[in-house]
Amino acid sequence: MAAIQTINLTKDFKSRRAVDALSLSVDEGEVFALLGANGAGKTTVIKMLCCLLMPTSGDALILGNSILTEPGAVKRTINLSPQETAVALKLSVAENLELMARLYGETKTEARLSAKLMMAALHLSDRANDRSKSLSGGMQRRLSVAMALISRPRVVFLDEPTLGLDVGTRRALWRALNDIKGDTTIILTTHYLEEAQAHADRIGIMRDGRLVALGTAAELQLTAGVDTLEDAFLALTGTGDER
Amino acid sequence: MKALVFAGRNTKELLRDPLSLLFMIGLPLVMLFVFSAINSSVPVAQFDIGRIGPGIAMFSLTFISLFSGMLLAGDRESSFLARLRAAPLTAFDFLAGYTWPLLGVALVQTATCFVAAFTLGLPVTWNVLLAIVVLLPVAVFFIGCGLLMGALFTANQVGGSSALLINVAGFLGGIWLPLQLIGGGFKAVADALPFSHPVEAAQAATAGDFASIMPHLAWCIGYAVMVFAIAVLVFRRKITR
Repeated sequence: MAAIQTINLTKDFKSRRAVDALSLSVDEGEVFALLGANGAGKTTVIKMLCCLLMPTSGDALILGNSILTEPGAVKRTINLSPQETAVALKLSVAENLELMARLYGETKTEARLSAKLMMAALHLSDRANDRSKSLSGGMQRRLSVAMALISRPRVVFLDEPTLGLDVGTRRALWRALNDIKGDTTIILTTHYLEEAQAHADRIGIMRDGRLVALGTAAELQLTAGVDTLEDAFLALTGTGDER
Repeated sequence: MKALVFAGRNTKELLRDPLSLLFMIGLPLVMLFVFSAINSSVPVAQFDIGRIGPGIAMFSLTFISLFSGMLLAGDRESSFLARLRAAPLTAFDFLAGYTWPLLGVALVQTATCFVAAFTLGLPVTWNVLLAIVVLLPVAVFFIGCGLLMGALFTANQVGGSSALLINVAGFLGGIWLPLQLIGGGFKAVADALPFSHPVEAAQAATAGDFASIMPHLAWCIGYAVMVFAIAVLVFRRKITR
């Protein structure tokens, strides 16, 4: 069974079509990178798949459950790290993590243990009792990603998870993601093409709401007739001449 | 269960904001002591502790709309709410999670006002417990107003609109302005709104004038049900699906 199957998924905002008849299948355990210039529709796709936005038409199945008719079942299997850092600022790092674990059904004791493990994996243990608002932007983002992973989702959506992180933290985060790869389907958006090339099994490139290319990094380079993913990205999104 | 977990988070958010505690509990107490001091120097029937005590207890509840609205609007603007909306929470979990801590705060606020009023000469009787219960519908009304504003406005807009609501409730509540003396259109407007009725219901309860409670309480319950129902509809439409 596909982890994600979108069927002509479309979203209009008044007269603007943000996502145009997206049909896509992502396998279970796959790391899938959704790339595109700003405003290409990546975040809108993620919001629809997480049941945060109602599609104008079309549907999507997450592990066989429709986002239109079974949002409750979808939400039990997914988690999300939004593009903006989304943490409760007056709660401590540990409290934020425990809150998310408990909202996904863990007991207090289980949540405490899960939070401890997640803080260790993402190098947050030494700040466990600090309020989130006292963390740097990069640490808040790390916490935001940790909050998406703590429920051990079967499908996790990470919207620009490494934005603003230093090199060491990015490595730690990718180590954590590689640990769950295979068990968890990871859908991520990023502007760091080298990350997509290094870690994603497949890459989808969006332009003006349409999926214009899909394949491995090597396949995309071959399609575009260029030697690097960056050149392929610029060619396929048609943004090369503008910059 | 999830509603309780979410309510726990919201309680911490509220209690860890010193400004909200200052406004919700500190400011009403200061006002109570100031009005009582004025009454000691220049006796004014309006500021008699049997009238001003229940009045300030009701006024303290107006600040709930500000802080419930700010909490919800802040969650919306920071994308924290988007994270929660992607979680397996029901509309009930959201509404209960936001409402329960505020009801708790409302009980603490009114109880604190009455305890302070005891020190200023309000007779210690069981009637005060009834007054606290009588004020619950208007607490629900202000929580509903806050949730409505938080679902519709930005945090800055919530600040402005709540300030307006607090001022209108203060003036039209007949707490420090004697509505009977002013009369005319001002009193007619005040009578049509839900601010003077809870004050009079709480004053009647405190005084043991039980027959006078219900006519005022009916207004409070009606407004609370109406505003909270609208808040639930808007909340379901804008926040959950």
